[in-house]
Amino acid sequence: MITIKNLIKNYGKLEVIKGMDLLIKSGGIFAILGPNGSGKTTLIKSILGMVIPNHGEITLDGSSVIQKHAYRKDIDYLPQIANFPNNLTVTELIKMVKDLRNKSTREDMLIRLFGLEDFLNKKLGNLSGGTRQKVNLVLAFMFDSSLVILDEPTSGLDPVSLIRLKRLILDEKARGKTVLITSHIMEFVEEMSDEIVFLLDGKIHFQGTTVELKQKTGKPDLEQAIAAILMDEDV
Amino acid sequence: MKMFKIIKYSFYDLMRSRWNYVYFLFYLALGFVLLFLNNDVSKAVITLMNIIVVLTPLIGTIFGVMYYYNSREFTELLLAQPIRRSTIFIGQYLGLSLSLSISLVLGLGIPFILYGAIQTTVIFNFLSLLLTGMFLSFIFVGISFIIALKNENKIKGFGFAIVMWLLLAIIYDGLFLITLLVFDEYPLDKFSLIATVFNPIDLSRILILLKLDISALMGYTGAVFEKYFGTQLGLFLSYLSLILWVVLPAWAIVKISESKDF
Repeated sequence: MITIKNLIKNYGKLEVIKGMDLLIKSGGIFAILGPNGSGKTTLIKSILGMVIPNHGEITLDGSSVIQKHAYRKDIDYLPQIANFPNNLTVTELIKMVKDLRNKSTREDMLIRLFGLEDFLNKKLGNLSGGTRQKVNLVLAFMFDSSLVILDEPTSGLDPVSLIRLKRLILDEKARGKTVLITSHIMEFVEEMSDEIVFLLDGKIHFQGTTVELKQKTGKPDLEQAIAAILMDEDV
Repeated sequence: MKMFKIIKYSFYDLMRSRWNYVYFLFYLALGFVLLFLNNDVSKAVITLMNIIVVLTPLIGTIFGVMYYYNSREFTELLLAQPIRRSTIFIGQYLGLSLSLSISLVLGLGIPFILYGAIQTTVIFNFLSLLLTGMFLSFIFVGISFIIALKNENKIKGFGFAIVMWLLLAIIYDGLFLITLLVFDEYPLDKFSLIATVFNPIDLSRILILLKLDISALMGYTGAVFEKYFGTQLGLFLSYLSLILWVVLPAWAIVKISESKDF
């Protein structure tokens, strides 16, 4: 369970998160949505401790994460941009990241799932964007942690890999994991998520199921519902 | 030990870099040329000193900023792992400083051993030269890491780092000399002592000259150092200052990295 209380984050004069309260229960798929610059990545990075909040409290299963590091052993994270050291091969990178956590891994299953067998000895600098994203996914899922955070997991994936990713995420949910996803692809979100958290202007605008959001806005699908919220704000 | 793993990765990463070998081969060639063509070990040590006090800071500075910016992606990957930030950055700093130090020590050490210079006092002079070069590598890698941590913009960071090197390696001495000339009617002993301690390059030069005991080359500051502290205390104090020059930037790296957003 993730609890966030009165979270504030500024980058210089720019206020990105303006006093956010959020509760995410254990188990299920939660989508964090919002327009560009609404603070999605900042929120995720605050949970991971990569961004240090100016104010507020973040707890994971009851214990504070601020200025801690050991708790990250129970989090799997997929960064938004799949950039890796270019002169390493895929196998070397996987070995290095494994070496840093003393935890059992399941990279073989994931390599097969995403069809990366032929790329294992290739240097990361020579891989295409989509293949890098698959490596990124292997690194993110291989530790089998109870909390999975995915920042734009679908970017660059072909349809076959996308279907496999969806199945993988649903399997994770079935095994009782908590999955946090940010995405701009509303179909993906509507299909996958149990609950959505909609950020607007550094605050939580809506939290609930997609059905609730559609009822609230009176729109037939998620994309239009989100658009309706954004248009209302503009008026 | 996670710190050891980070050091190992940085080291391993650098061992694949062509530039590390260029640096090593440069010292190797320099060592051979100076010893075998010159045939005078003491003179070779002085020439080497003049090169080392300028070159190790320059290479430390350039490698420091370049390494930081080039490994930014990997650093972000590490930041999401259960590792302390201080472990990550100090590990990378030590990995880089050590690999530069090894290039220096092996590059110059091999010609010295082959020349058969392992006898009498020359070897100690030579060793203190290598030690000072290692100090300078650590110091300048540390300072350039601080500059890179403080500047997200690569070009700005690189620019600041080079200006820092120029300032300490060249401009500082010029300003120092001008001050001595302008105020030559005043007692400047204390001023020059303090001014020297604030520049690790000057400090290293004096340290080596004190060790070599060549008063003719010591210049004003060296002479003041010797007059004030004598050779032994002077050596001790200059080593102590160099250690502080290593410890303070490393401490700053820890502090800055702990409050930075990635």
